Amino acid sequence: MSRWTTTVGEVEYDEPAGVETVDEGLARRMKALACTAPLHDLDNRKTRLDWADASDYQMAEIALQAIDQVTIAMDFDRGANHEQVVARLCPFIATQVPDRDHDEHERVARWVLDNLINVGSVDRGFQAVYGTFGGAGEYQRRSFDFKLLVELVSGEGDVYLRATDEAINVLVGALDTDVESAQIAAEVKLENLIKRGRLSDARLAAEQARYRTVQYADTLRRKLEATRRDVRAVDWEREVPDLIDEALRHIEDRFRAENAILNNITTARDDAEELDRKHRAAQLVDIVKDCIRRHTQLQARLQDAGETFRTEQDRQQFSAPARRATIDLFGQLLVPSLDLPLADASNPTGVFFGAAAGIDPPSVPGLTGLVEMLLVPSQDREHLGDEITEPDLAPLPDPDRYSEWQWRTSDSLLDLAEAPRRLSGLLASAREIDPDLAGLVALRVVHAYGPEVGTAIRHGDQQLLIAVDDGTELVDEQFGGTDLLVASAHVARAGEAVEELATLSTEDEEVA
Amino acid sequence: MSTTQAVRDAESAARLVALGMRQKQRPSRDAVYTELVQRYAQDDAFKEQVHAVAAGLGLVVLGVTMQSGTVLASTEDSVFEIKMDEYAKRSAIGGKRSAEKVLHGLIHLAVAALGFPRPDDLANETYVGRVSVEQVDGVVREACRMLDERAKHAEANNDPLESAPELERAWRAYSRRPATAITKDGRLAADSTRGMITKAMRFLAEQGFLTHVNNEEGGTYRTTPRYQIQVRELAATRAFDELLDLGVVAVGDGTGSLRAAEPETL
Repeated sequence: MSRWTTTVGEVEYDEPAGVETVDEGLARRMKALACTAPLHDLDNRKTRLDWADASDYQMAEIALQAIDQVTIAMDFDRGANHEQVVARLCPFIATQVPDRDHDEHERVARWVLDNLINVGSVDRGFQAVYGTFGGAGEYQRRSFDFKLLVELVSGEGDVYLRATDEAINVLVGALDTDVESAQIAAEVKLENLIKRGRLSDARLAAEQARYRTVQYADTLRRKLEATRRDVRAVDWEREVPDLIDEALRHIEDRFRAENAILNNITTARDDAEELDRKHRAAQLVDIVKDCIRRHTQLQARLQDAGETFRTEQDRQQFSAPARRATIDLFGQLLVPSLDLPLADASNPTGVFFGAAAGIDPPSVPGLTGLVEMLLVPSQDREHLGDEITEPDLAPLPDPDRYSEWQWRTSDSLLDLAEAPRRLSGLLASAREIDPDLAGLVALRVVHAYGPEVGTAIRHGDQQLLIAVDDGTELVDEQFGGTDLLVASAHVARAGEAVEELATLSTEDEEVA
Repeated sequence: MSTTQAVRDAESAARLVALGMRQKQRPSRDAVYTELVQRYAQDDAFKEQVHAVAAGLGLVVLGVTMQSGTVLASTEDSVFEIKMDEYAKRSAIGGKRSAEKVLHGLIHLAVAALGFPRPDDLANETYVGRVSVEQVDGVVREACRMLDERAKHAEANNDPLESAPELERAWRAYSRRPATAITKDGRLAADSTRGMITKAMRFLAEQGFLTHVNNEEGGTYRTTPRYQIQVRELAATRAFDELLDLGVVAVGDGTGSLRAAEPETL
């Protein structure tokens, strides 16, 4: 951040410094805010679900719980699979709305999970738009892409879920912070809290510390994976040794801290008289034990890391000198193409495809060939079917009972600015025009009984239809009730309106 | 008499070209094919005739060897041409077609790059490469990560402008696409990167460019001499020329960069 500001300062002094500095922080906060949007969106969309009355479920809570479950299940090189997450979510969902059956709870869990992955979109992610300032200080809209849960495939071919950095950051509420310093802060906080005996806060801090550890392990995992593919891809001269040293030192500290905490808490648990307190202390013990287990795992990986590097170096090192100069496909074609904007990349990649795809001899079936072709059993498309995306369907609006023409005709019938008319008279005139129209007129007149004046004022309507009941009975073959008196009233503006509203409502009461 | 001979030669030349269209046929399993390949190597007039027949059909002969048979490529707008539009047909989604095509092209490039990781492997005629779906996806993602880091290092904002998504860098489009995704019926989604790579590899196997070895790592394949010739003699140079035109490629020293590039590049 500070580096950014100085650079800007050096380059453009005439620019108001405030704009650029605000810009960076603003963009970052916008991105952070965007990460929470999918969760809010769940609650907004839940009423549109047609398979359950979902308004009782707190979807955002369920989503956070889902991200929690995935994060906790994330080990060094594995994650949670869909079924596990759904199974772990169900009890939580059941506590929200206990009177629904298990199937519905499970369906809610799947719906939330699918939405966190964003199944149905091609990229299975989310997008938000935010603004930055360009070189000349002009406003530019950029799109920010992020994911919350990603599906990955393990060596055995199983698909599992991992929470992304964005999700972990949203979850622990520590946006844009340094992993290392956040870890120290959490530790200090934890020890303090335990000394002061505030168990629920201590638990929170311990959980946060655990998420940090998961993130840490994830960084190392990515580095090692990259090394396995290509030793040169990772800086083993400085970066990784530093990382390993740091991580080992850090684990040492954590071990000391956590063992101390564990002793402390175990005593607290055994000494506690209150049942609830005892219970919470016991939970904390479990969490701290889990932390220690994770550290042990991380340490084992760290010790193997050097070995991994040496093995891979040996494996990848040897190759004979080049015999004749050809093109280096990776360095001279693939990487430069990847670095191009999509519009520019389409040419080189298209040309390569065209030239490397070979030829396609047009098939000209003879009669025998044709019969054979028709008799061939349908192709097995086990792996490569098109994805059947499930569309998010909104119900169609009900078809209009009355046509637009009928509405317009009834409008002119009910334009009664000069003199009020009785419902019976209106019905008679309506039937003359169209027998069906009488129904619409009757409905609109009934609707005009006790009209919403406030709404009319807000909409800025000029006049308003009012129906008043004077006790005369309606004699009609189709409708029954009172023969209402109908008139159009002028809607007064501003100060006048309040008065009118007052008089009208008293009138209403009298009528009622 | 000589006319009959000429007609017979023309037929032989056309037959050699026709055999090249049967992608999986090899000279070693066919006596006639073997004889024609040998004749192509020894008889310059016949060679010329083969080239002429191919040219007339809208084809280019890239190479004729005992291992590969006749390797042909189509000229532009020939009936034999495989168009990207056709290939990427099924994955067409709204306005994102061009991005989709770029991803397919990149994947084909990556399969070749992994099949022949060093420049030497492309030149060495006895080299047989091994590629798997997992490997291709892993390496491309790794390259994307490295470009991402480089961009971060340069402190450039790489989020694409909302109004100009086509200016988004290709590596971003690739790394954003999920590696794998399960459809409702439990299959691998065709528009995930692994799905697209699987499609590419199967397609190349159909074309006689790869041979299926086993299903490990999402599907493992071996390269064939045909593929080597196709990539070396045509595809790589053409794509290289395109990149040269764009001014984005450096001339290498032949050592290859998948293994031995500058530390800040990789």
